[in-house]
Amino acid sequence: MSHASLSDKRPGSSLRGATLPKWFPWATAAGSIVLGIGISAVAGLDSDIQWGLIAAILFVLGSYAIAAKVEGRRQAKDRVATSLVWVAFILAVVPLASLIWETVRRGVKVLDGYFLTHSMGIVGDKEPGGGIYHAIIGTLEQVGLAALISVPIGVLTAIYLVEYGRGKLAKAVTFFVDVMTGIPSIVAGLFILSLWIITFGMGYSGFAGSMALTILMLPVVVRSTEEMLKLVPNELREASLALGVPKWRTILKVVLPTSIGGITTGVMLAIARIAGETAPVLLLVWVTPLINTNPFSDPQASLPVYIYLQYANSGGAGAAYDRAWAAALVLIAFIMILNMAARGIARWKAPKTGR
Amino acid sequence: MDISTNTTAPPLPAQPPAAEQKRAARATTRPGDRIFLGLSRGSGIFLLVVMAAIAVFLTYRAAVAISKDEANFFTTFEWNPTGSPPMFGIAVLAFGTIVSSIIAMAIAVPVSVGIALFITHYAPRKLGGVVAYVIDLLAAVPSIVYGLWGILVLVPKLDGLYGWLDDYFGWTGILSWQGGAPRSLFTVGILLAIMILPIITNVSREVFRQVPQMHEEAALALGATRWEVIRMSVLPFGRSGIISASMLGLGRALGETMAVAMVLSPLFDIQVSLLDYGGGTFAQNIASKFNEANPLGRDALIASGLVLFVITLLVNGAARMIIARRKEYSGANA
Amino acid sequence: MKLQRKNRLRALSLGAVAVSSALALTACGSDEAGTEGGDSSAAATKSNIDCGDAKGQLQASGSSAQKNAVDAWIKAYRTACPEVQINYNPTGSGAGITAFLQGQTAFAGSDSALDSEEIAESKKVCTDSQAVDLPMVVGPIAVGFNVTGVDTLTLDAATLAKIFDGKITNWNDEAIAKLNPDAKLPDLKIQAFHRSDESGTTENFTKYLKAAAPKDWTYEPEKAWQAKGGQSANGSSGVAQQVQQTPGAISYMELSYATDGIKTVDIKTEAAEPVKATTENATKSITEAKVVGTGKDLALELNYTPSAEGAYPITLVTYEIVCEKGNKAETLPATKSFLNYIASEDGQAQLSDAGYAPIPDEIITKVRETVSSLS
Repeated sequence: MSHASLSDKRPGSSLRGATLPKWFPWATAAGSIVLGIGISAVAGLDSDIQWGLIAAILFVLGSYAIAAKVEGRRQAKDRVATSLVWVAFILAVVPLASLIWETVRRGVKVLDGYFLTHSMGIVGDKEPGGGIYHAIIGTLEQVGLAALISVPIGVLTAIYLVEYGRGKLAKAVTFFVDVMTGIPSIVAGLFILSLWIITFGMGYSGFAGSMALTILMLPVVVRSTEEMLKLVPNELREASLALGVPKWRTILKVVLPTSIGGITTGVMLAIARIAGETAPVLLLVWVTPLINTNPFSDPQASLPVYIYLQYANSGGAGAAYDRAWAAALVLIAFIMILNMAARGIARWKAPKTGR
Repeated sequence: MDISTNTTAPPLPAQPPAAEQKRAARATTRPGDRIFLGLSRGSGIFLLVVMAAIAVFLTYRAAVAISKDEANFFTTFEWNPTGSPPMFGIAVLAFGTIVSSIIAMAIAVPVSVGIALFITHYAPRKLGGVVAYVIDLLAAVPSIVYGLWGILVLVPKLDGLYGWLDDYFGWTGILSWQGGAPRSLFTVGILLAIMILPIITNVSREVFRQVPQMHEEAALALGATRWEVIRMSVLPFGRSGIISASMLGLGRALGETMAVAMVLSPLFDIQVSLLDYGGGTFAQNIASKFNEANPLGRDALIASGLVLFVITLLVNGAARMIIARRKEYSGANA
Repeated sequence: MKLQRKNRLRALSLGAVAVSSALALTACGSDEAGTEGGDSSAAATKSNIDCGDAKGQLQASGSSAQKNAVDAWIKAYRTACPEVQINYNPTGSGAGITAFLQGQTAFAGSDSALDSEEIAESKKVCTDSQAVDLPMVVGPIAVGFNVTGVDTLTLDAATLAKIFDGKITNWNDEAIAKLNPDAKLPDLKIQAFHRSDESGTTENFTKYLKAAAPKDWTYEPEKAWQAKGGQSANGSSGVAQQVQQTPGAISYMELSYATDGIKTVDIKTEAAEPVKATTENATKSITEAKVVGTGKDLALELNYTPSAEGAYPITLVTYEIVCEKGNKAETLPATKSFLNYIASEDGQAQLSDAGYAPIPDEIITKVRETVSSLS
């Protein structure tokens, strides 16, 4: 984070040639937007996507041309890079902001205490009313169980790969983790369906869904943890080992705490991926409009399945669309809260590295 | 002038010095170490067993399906496992999956790296933090919500862009548009790009943060511009991380189901133009056909799932090779 | 050190808040009892529903086409028999039959009757017996369109077949103009949508095209769309939404989805007047259906070319599929009681409000006989 402040001090040195004033990027940006709108108006282009793209292209080219003239080529390249980074930022923010905005705007209509604390019960999909309490419980339990299984196994596997693994087993595990990232979620669902439900004769349950989610979550946890463990400087390990600390304590007390921030982010990404899974949950957990707090027997509901069914089987009823958006909002909020808590904990636990 | 070559970079060596190996061997004789090693190795083995079970299951079901297929499984432009004789092939699906993922990666990777750089190196500190947080949050938005947003908000907005592309680039053939709702592989690519952007950004950002500050300061001290610092010290350091992050994103793009099924207007045919509706992806095809499929139909869909699997595998293998070769080049990690 | 302890304290308190809020959430959750939705029809039927000794959970799955009807039934039934919990999972007919044949569900809902293979397979789940098809719901399939300035549109089977096969591509085509002399047809490209997923709706719609216009529709009726070309969307909601959103669009969907301003096509049949897509008109055509199932099985063969005045030709019938004998002892009372209710006059009377049509008397009497003999 300190890079920004560090590098900001550089321009303005008297040893340099001519520099453009600080307001230059803003002026170029404003100019390009005006030009972009102007061109679109003249050419009769009506979509906001088009004038946005034109403005972006003008901004990058303009910065380069002017800077190259005044400051020289190296500085111009720097300006282009800066403009490109800003453009990338805006390009990404626009659709993502629109997504959030639409979800919030359409979601708040039916979102209230009643909606959060009641199940659908006997309310038909086309009628107004009902709630998502049963789906919240289902999602919490299914995702919780999956995380409970896959986080320890995933982190331990990553530790094995990074700290111990040489030889054939490690290679095989690395290879199969790669393979696992490619499993389509519905195939994971099919696998559990034919093994657990058809072969073993178990019924639909939240746990069956959790198993499929575990298959999807494991590789993401392993890959991201592996990446983060690799970034821990070797000097730290060596220092700890040199003090006579056993290797396992070195891993638990030095390596893991150093990389806990990254690992938590990876786990959050994994949870985010599985919390939105629809297809396998629909196959294995099934649906119910009623509250079922026991994940080990009988069908449960789940938020993504709820969203999908409200969209797909509602007969286009407005009430169902509203519920779908509200449930989406709740799901996003749930993951956001989880995320916030995890980041906070990670920040407190992480040792200070001087950055 | 690759600065990163001059100092030791953190990533763990693939081959540790002999001395460390010896020490590791001695260390494992402690009971605590033995238990810990056992646990972590056990986890690895558990993962292998699960994978083996899935692989056996998939291969068996796929073999059953392919043996009953009366057409060439790889080149047929048709999906009709219920017909008599049953004929189905994956040519269209393979094409659609690969094309939409390429479009998604072409958009998402540069933009994500840009945002990651923006957060770590360009943005004012406070803005960077907020942006990082918002992007984190977006990685958590479930694909079904992207699907809803894609079909209700994005698709209607793309009409103009499609017409524009058709006007100016229609002559290329691949960007011509015959009309109809803009629900093509191109749209799917854009939506997938938006979906995987937060994932790639998150991981890249985390990697850029780990760049040793000394590298950057050294470059600055030599009078490098901010861009030169990034090109010479940040990007080389983060390359393997970026590739790995892209692979995570690509994994999601290749296997994305519901959002694609909601947005694409599929057709079992390969369209020359990316903008014309039609085509399909493996996951989308499984999702739309699975519920009503008969047993052979299900096996056929599983067989197509297996192909998706293999494609992902090849992609990941390629990525691993790229990472390995870069390491040799830079020599930083020896 | 001090700093760290403070942090731990904060983490702990955060955890405590999370746990307590989760507990609070658990404490106040409850199943929606639908008290405010106590409409008169549900109250009236209450006394007529025979709960018997039914209780417990009843799992069922299958056709999404009858989902809205089942919702209405469950609502009325649960009001009378709160002891029974019924889950109907709209997975699609194929998946519903598969789950039933695996013994996961008490009954399945399906848009098409079981084929001989499936009946043979059902002998495994239904000890000493087999599964039977019980027709319970008639669903009219409407053809929705979106052409500004045109409110009523008449089409016949041949024209529909040509439109969906891509032979007619513009709304001002002569064939359409001939059928609609009064309409102001614009010069607009036709955007024909079909279902991208496999569906009983597609099967029944193409069966109609094949039966009524065999020369213009040369494809076999299947759950998957067989014709080449055309745009598609996922699920009935998907196509309905595309029709709403796309000028010049036309597509087929269950009547209950043709809401929110989707205009429906009047179908020209052998009769003198074009027929509107309504539930009454669908019932009129279903009276011409023949029972083709053997024994207790009541599989129907629909007549897609009815000549009666006001008989709407494009319909689908959804069946509930149960074991004739050998149903599981724990779910039998609830299954029987629920099916008894939906086949009853009250149950069938609920249908037209939900956008469906009741089964004609002659057939439903047979259904009632079969239901009461289930064991």
